[in-house]
Amino acid sequence: MTDKILYDLKNVEKSFVKGKERITVFDQLNMSIKEGDFLAIMGPSGSGKTTLLNMLGGVDQPTGGEVWFDDSRVDTLSEGELAKWRANNIGFIFQFYNLMPMLNAARNVELPLLLTNLSKKQRKQSVETALELVGLADRAKHMPNEMSGGQQQRVAIARAIVSDPKLMLCDEPTGDLDRNTADEILEMLQLLNQKFGKTIVMVTHDPQAAKYAKRTLHLDKGEFVEGDLAA
Amino acid sequence: MSDLYLIFKNLTRKPLRLFLTVFATFIAFLIYGSITAFQVALDSGVELSADDRLVTVNKINFTQPLPISYVNKVKAIEGIEGVVHMNWFGGYYQDPRQQVLTFAVDQDSLLDVYDEILLSEEERTNWEQNRQAVIVGQSIAQIHGWKVGDRIPLNSNIFSQQDGSSTWEFDVVGVYKGAEAQTDTNSVYIHYKYFNETQSFGGDYIGWMGIRTQDPALNEQVIKAIDEMFVNTTFETETVPEKAFNKAFIEQAGNIGLILGSIVAAAFFIILVIVGNSMVLSVRERTNEIGVMKTLGFQSSRIFRMVLGESLLVAFIGGGLGITLSYGVVFLFNNAPIQLPVLVINSEILLRALAYIAGLGLITGIIPAVSALRLNIITALSRG
Repeated sequence: MTDKILYDLKNVEKSFVKGKERITVFDQLNMSIKEGDFLAIMGPSGSGKTTLLNMLGGVDQPTGGEVWFDDSRVDTLSEGELAKWRANNIGFIFQFYNLMPMLNAARNVELPLLLTNLSKKQRKQSVETALELVGLADRAKHMPNEMSGGQQQRVAIARAIVSDPKLMLCDEPTGDLDRNTADEILEMLQLLNQKFGKTIVMVTHDPQAAKYAKRTLHLDKGEFVEGDLAA
Repeated sequence: MSDLYLIFKNLTRKPLRLFLTVFATFIAFLIYGSITAFQVALDSGVELSADDRLVTVNKINFTQPLPISYVNKVKAIEGIEGVVHMNWFGGYYQDPRQQVLTFAVDQDSLLDVYDEILLSEEERTNWEQNRQAVIVGQSIAQIHGWKVGDRIPLNSNIFSQQDGSSTWEFDVVGVYKGAEAQTDTNSVYIHYKYFNETQSFGGDYIGWMGIRTQDPALNEQVIKAIDEMFVNTTFETETVPEKAFNKAFIEQAGNIGLILGSIVAAAFFIILVIVGNSMVLSVRERTNEIGVMKTLGFQSSRIFRMVLGESLLVAFIGGGLGITLSYGVVFLFNNAPIQLPVLVINSEILLRALAYIAGLGLITGIIPAVSALRLNIITALSRG
């Protein structure tokens, strides 16, 4: 982990209207993530974990405050600019893998590369490298329904890293896996963090999973309540 | 991998649904291609009418005769290039069910007034010199296997000969071609003189006159001159441009255009509902996947184009196959041993079909495409 701050949330507010009621999720939330960090975010249901992850991923925008990423402000970007920013900077890993069922493993991994200017040959090379990294080079032609949950999640990890993003966001990445497979996935994330310097933010309910992170933040009712430094 | 590959994979993920959707589109455009070709063939009588040709009939209606003496009087009117008189023979060949469009005509002027009837010089000479000659159209000759040199019997279901027989014998001296692909070649022509001399009743009367004017600009003047010449006689005339005459003749059978148009419109409406519904379902099932693609960084506009691309591809595959097969249907009809106008899928039908295919693709794709465009990522992922 370096001292450079990759992500900086300043006095972030997030609220939404449900019926006649305004619900506040975050009020003056501050948070910094350094480059190379592996951060676990835990908390009960409704604490704001997923909302926070969505904001970090640029799929949801705060209603107040500032969001800075790599010295650039992202909370003011348009929808189109945010899509481009996500493609360039963020790798996503979901609880239920979210692979495209009609594409084989290699094609699924290649998907984010369609948003780059890489040639067909370069894309092929990157896909092979990513699949090798997650140990699935021999499964490149397999369809998602021909693979186990763990293998599908590894394909999802390959998809998340193939365009070499600065930040990886994991939403309950082991929530659908058995203990042994979950440990394999977490070891892989740890490897990506330690060996390849990837900054990782992981939302999880699982304390065992959180142990693989460098630090853990606990959210409750939109506030960091214990654990590591939150501001 | 490209966007086109993704479109293809999305389309083919449910092969049965794809097949049924394409098949429905295929049927709609097969109906469109075939029926429109038929409609154009029916209209060709009007479309191919010469601007400088008029038709003079009895004012009561065109089934009533006119005296043969009218022909020379009309010929003398200024502005007229040629006149041919015609009689409906009511012909059939061997069996009353095998109707043959037979006209007893003035052999010397027929080919001058109706110059779309093409004969070789030799055939023309033989036609003019042999009073028992018959010239037959290419289509009807093909149906009955007639060729030059044959002697054929033609019966009339209206007239009889003085000996009581209703059968006339003719020498086939020419098989005429049409100047245009859709020129009628289902008719046969015999000499009026031979017919008039041998028939047992109704002599010296003609059915109608085909008139060629020196210039279409003279039509109005000639029409007025002819009809005024015979006003207040026993056989008053009504002269109209050939185009108007043919149009009125076709419309006697009812508004065929409206009937055919309604069939095509019904087919398109049903297809619109089927394909539209199929596309909406197909995209709704992929809400989560669209959300994932947007999360990965795919622009909404790109996803909009991909969804629209799917519906366009379905429309072009189904519609393309339908139009292609309608060429086959037209070919079969044109080569079948039945008397039908020549069906042609012309470039206008083809261009209109392409426009309808594109329209169908856009209309059926626009609702799911806009839904995909507007889809909120968080909402989409929460449906996973």
